[in-house]
Amino acid sequence: MKVLVPVKRVIDYNVKVRVKADQSGVELANVKMAMNPFDEIAVEQALRLREAGTAEEVIAVSIGPAQNQETIRTALAMGADRGIHIEAPHDIEPLAVAKLLKAVVAQENPGIVLVGKQAIDDDCNQTGQMLAALLGWAQGTFASALEIAGDKAKVIREVDGGLEHIEINMPAIVTVDLRLNEPRYASLPNIMKAKKKPLDSLTAGDLGVDIAPRLTIVKVEEPTARAAGIKVGDVQELVSKLKNEAKVI
Amino acid sequence: MSILILCDHENGQLSPVTLNAVSAASQIGGEMHLLVAGDQTGNVAKAAASIAGIAKVLVADDKSLENGLAENLAPLMQSLSGSYSHMMAAATTTGKNVMPRLAALLDVMQISDIIKIDDANTFQRPIYAGNALSTVSSNEAIKVITVRGTAFEAVAAEGGNAAIEPVAGASDAGLSAYVKSELSSSERPELTSAPIVISGGRGMQDGANFAMLEKIADKLGAAVGASRAAVDAGFVPNDYQVGQTGKVVAPDLYVAVGISGAIQHLAGMKDSKVIVAINKDDEAPIFQVADYGLVADLFDAVPALEKELG
Repeated sequence: MKVLVPVKRVIDYNVKVRVKADQSGVELANVKMAMNPFDEIAVEQALRLREAGTAEEVIAVSIGPAQNQETIRTALAMGADRGIHIEAPHDIEPLAVAKLLKAVVAQENPGIVLVGKQAIDDDCNQTGQMLAALLGWAQGTFASALEIAGDKAKVIREVDGGLEHIEINMPAIVTVDLRLNEPRYASLPNIMKAKKKPLDSLTAGDLGVDIAPRLTIVKVEEPTARAAGIKVGDVQELVSKLKNEAKVI
Repeated sequence: MSILILCDHENGQLSPVTLNAVSAASQIGGEMHLLVAGDQTGNVAKAAASIAGIAKVLVADDKSLENGLAENLAPLMQSLSGSYSHMMAAATTTGKNVMPRLAALLDVMQISDIIKIDDANTFQRPIYAGNALSTVSSNEAIKVITVRGTAFEAVAAEGGNAAIEPVAGASDAGLSAYVKSELSSSERPELTSAPIVISGGRGMQDGANFAMLEKIADKLGAAVGASRAAVDAGFVPNDYQVGQTGKVVAPDLYVAVGISGAIQHLAGMKDSKVIVAINKDDEAPIFQVADYGLVADLFDAVPALEKELG
């Protein structure tokens, strides 16, 4: 079985984003970029499936400008076998991403697609579910455990009330949540090896997919900052302020 | 223009967040219908019909819809889409699971987690964990939207008298099956709608120490939450998590105990009306958003707080 893992290149989670002065978006120039942390968890899970003998090959795919090849190299350094880069604008929408991934699935025939449940830049939480719809596959979203047995997968989902266990038919899309695993670091020798692993490049046109945006960004703004608060000296003062000043207890 | 809102429900009860989703829909204008999908949903349908401002409640009662599996629910919603300009759901794990599947079936781009409505086509939503707010407009024939409940004041649960109409067309896609749930049970208020939330972080050191927070929660009628660090460390279950990828809360009072204040956590609580932070590190970023900060060892401050509350 092949495992397909879409990986997104996003602003590193430690970076405090800045909104552009013309309100067209956030500043991406000279900002540290990294693989979406949820996608790292997806790569890790794919590698574990291969190491357990459930999967034979792990393919990382990334959609975006030329720099996305770095993100694919990161996945290859973690242990993925090969990469596919699809050239597209940085801010391509989830629906278009899902359509491109559907075309890749048609070429590669993976038994499972593992993907982060959301990207930490646009916070959309859509791509996996959309891909499942387009393929007519089952979806196991927000997964904190995954067990594959033959043509079924058992997924434990993190839901608002706790945990939900479902069983889904394979092939399937599984979107991964934080507690599924802890991704490994790439070792230096593996980073060197990754440079020699195969990485194909395609365009949206090659795949016959229309990626024109459906939404128009009117403006991007900074949220209103909270007014500065005060430090209180002790618990008595805190309770007094909450009762008499803020009047919340 | 008419709007279909997916009703959130659990254990035969309408979830309060549905009232917030209806509130968002009412700002768009047009006739509002609610969809109650499930099995044996009579009580939920009755509650839905009483919500102020609802014109019609569509009830899809079928075994295949019992557990809200997206593979069965999304095609049903697609079959109902013909007469609607907007299809909406609260951004709960149910809404987040099914709505993108619906959007893709309809070949439209979804707008996730809206916090403000400018007009019927234009919506504001947080990006980058709420560190930027994006206003987007959509020309899609059907706007598929999820709503951040805390951003919209709930409509009245009573006062409506909507017609209840059964809808057919549900079927089991045969792709997925529900097995079981492990739900946290608590007598305390639900995290996302509680007026007061007290959360613990890595500084709590151990799950057993959350008992200190629970005592205060019981005195204040508060819910108990946690940071990702506390959940990852196994102190408390995943449904306690407040943050970018957990739950978003906006109570009247949020008390952060032993939480440093990573941007991912702030994303889930910085719209609270009053924020209190208790942390022994006076450099902790949580103090930048706190209205009242107390630099103290939580193991001294929390028992003192409980005593002070009487």
